[in-house]
Amino acid sequence: MREHPARERAALLLLLAAAALLPFLATALGSPATVPLASRIVIYGIAAASLNLILGHGGLVSFGHAAFYGLGGYTVGILYAHLAPGDPFLGLIPGSNQLAVTLPAALLVGGLGAAAIGALSLRTSGVQFIMITLAFAQMLYFLFASLSAYGGDDGLSVRRPNLLGPLNLRDPATMYWVALGALALWLAFQRRLVRSRFGRVLEGIRQNEARVVASGIRPYPYKLAAFVIAGMGAALAGALMVNAMRFVSPDMLHWTKSGELMVMVILGGIGTLLGPVLGALALVVLETGLTALTENWQVVLGPILVVVVLFSQGGLAALFRRRPASDAPGAAGGRLPRLLSWRRRHG
Amino acid sequence: MAEPLLAVRGLVKRFGGLLATDHLDLAVLPGELHALIGPNGAGKSTAIAQITGTLRPDAGSIRLAGEEIVPLHAAARVHRGMARTFQITQLLGDDTARDNVALAVQARLGHSFRFWRDARRDPALAAPAEALLDQVGLPESRRALPVADLSHGERKQIELAAALAAAPRLLLLDEPMAGLGAAESLRMTETLRGLKGRIGMLLVEHDMEAVFALADRISVLVYGRCIATGTADEIRRDPAVIAAYLSDEEGV
Repeated sequence: MREHPARERAALLLLLAAAALLPFLATALGSPATVPLASRIVIYGIAAASLNLILGHGGLVSFGHAAFYGLGGYTVGILYAHLAPGDPFLGLIPGSNQLAVTLPAALLVGGLGAAAIGALSLRTSGVQFIMITLAFAQMLYFLFASLSAYGGDDGLSVRRPNLLGPLNLRDPATMYWVALGALALWLAFQRRLVRSRFGRVLEGIRQNEARVVASGIRPYPYKLAAFVIAGMGAALAGALMVNAMRFVSPDMLHWTKSGELMVMVILGGIGTLLGPVLGALALVVLETGLTALTENWQVVLGPILVVVVLFSQGGLAALFRRRPASDAPGAAGGRLPRLLSWRRRHG
Repeated sequence: MAEPLLAVRGLVKRFGGLLATDHLDLAVLPGELHALIGPNGAGKSTAIAQITGTLRPDAGSIRLAGEEIVPLHAAARVHRGMARTFQITQLLGDDTARDNVALAVQARLGHSFRFWRDARRDPALAAPAEALLDQVGLPESRRALPVADLSHGERKQIELAAALAAAPRLLLLDEPMAGLGAAESLRMTETLRGLKGRIGMLLVEHDMEAVFALADRISVLVYGRCIATGTADEIRRDPAVIAAYLSDEEGV
């Protein structure tokens, strides 16, 4: 089947425009609490999409993705903590509450963290890789939990969220739009990346590493580059989340957070563009809805996850996908499926 | 005699107490089709794995056009001009024949740290990939299907095209006829015959008809060492070979 990147792009932009209208809708419906909830979904969407780059496209099962999410979060938190007292971080780096400073800083810290952890972990594969990424992330978790200067176990409040030029992220709608813009840019970047030569190598590594090597490509540098890019994506999400929640704590780096991100990717549709965002939407909505019903909401969530994984191979994104029989251009429902599946579409 | 394209000297590989490769000496001349035969368990696959770089030898040297390649990663050996095909095809099953060959083309064109341009719409990749698929004779109609849906013989063709994409000086062919039907086997024989003279080939094969039809020289491997090297006629007459190998299987 032929691809239609132009049509796909148009549909994506339409979807983005619709999502941008949400704060107005929330005001009209008298439900202002929806906006911060939507921000959380969008930000988790970035984190899950970044994990999907290595997990879905590279076949690298990293169980420590929360490490980079947390590093991004702590970058914002620590820069804020050094702003008011005016003492620079490590005596060198002045504090900041400007998103234009904190966001690149978070990307840098997340990228460096991923480079260090990835350089060591990627020498292993399979179960070993899962365990070593988990171990590194837990090391960072305990490091931040013991950093009493930055709140230790209790975490750190960011009383005043970052400013982006004239915009103040304290306003929920502004926060949402900034997060949505970041998600759109990240997805556009990742969509390009996956289709590029680099993406072809990554996809090859997932499918059959022996083929990649026989083609004359050493997989390691490409895996490491993908791991670093994914780490930066998670750090971006972490930095935004700390602004949205006005709080950073070691929980952001806990292994259960890595698990949640993984659940979002698998639930939503591994290796698809919008799948991880759908997964983030489903998980946050389920969590919010179920906590209202019962304290033990995870007891209900578990079976739902099992059912989705068992009965819709390919996650929620697969539910939107047409069957191969009706797979003709222009058929009804032809737009969304293409956004959700670009891998197995030759059939 | 010209300098060999591939020179294996004193190659040793042990697996515990088993000497899988026992001081193996082997030379492939430029443009020559050199067959490596031997009974099952003779160490042919172990030898190929060491030459391609997926297995590290315990001792010995492997030179490609004079350069020692033992320290090189398998992928680096491809860039030095050594490509391979597998006994059991190793392809990207979800991807098309075009994609599989294009990956090898992009590897030859240099590093793949290119993040922006759509690789599937890049004529620098597509045109050579199509030409290579023409060369191995994969029909146009089969090129846009996922490789997992293609026949065994078609996958062997695609693997050969991917190997040729590296513009190799030396081609290591690990049982290219295995599992092929009569017509497919004939087609593969013709393709390989067409490459003779231009590309040196080391052919591991059980199909003796193909080996005797194609090979310029044959080396016979038994218990990890080379017991004889020579032309087809010399090998047929060699008493050691007859005793060790051909007598049981071929009745020569």
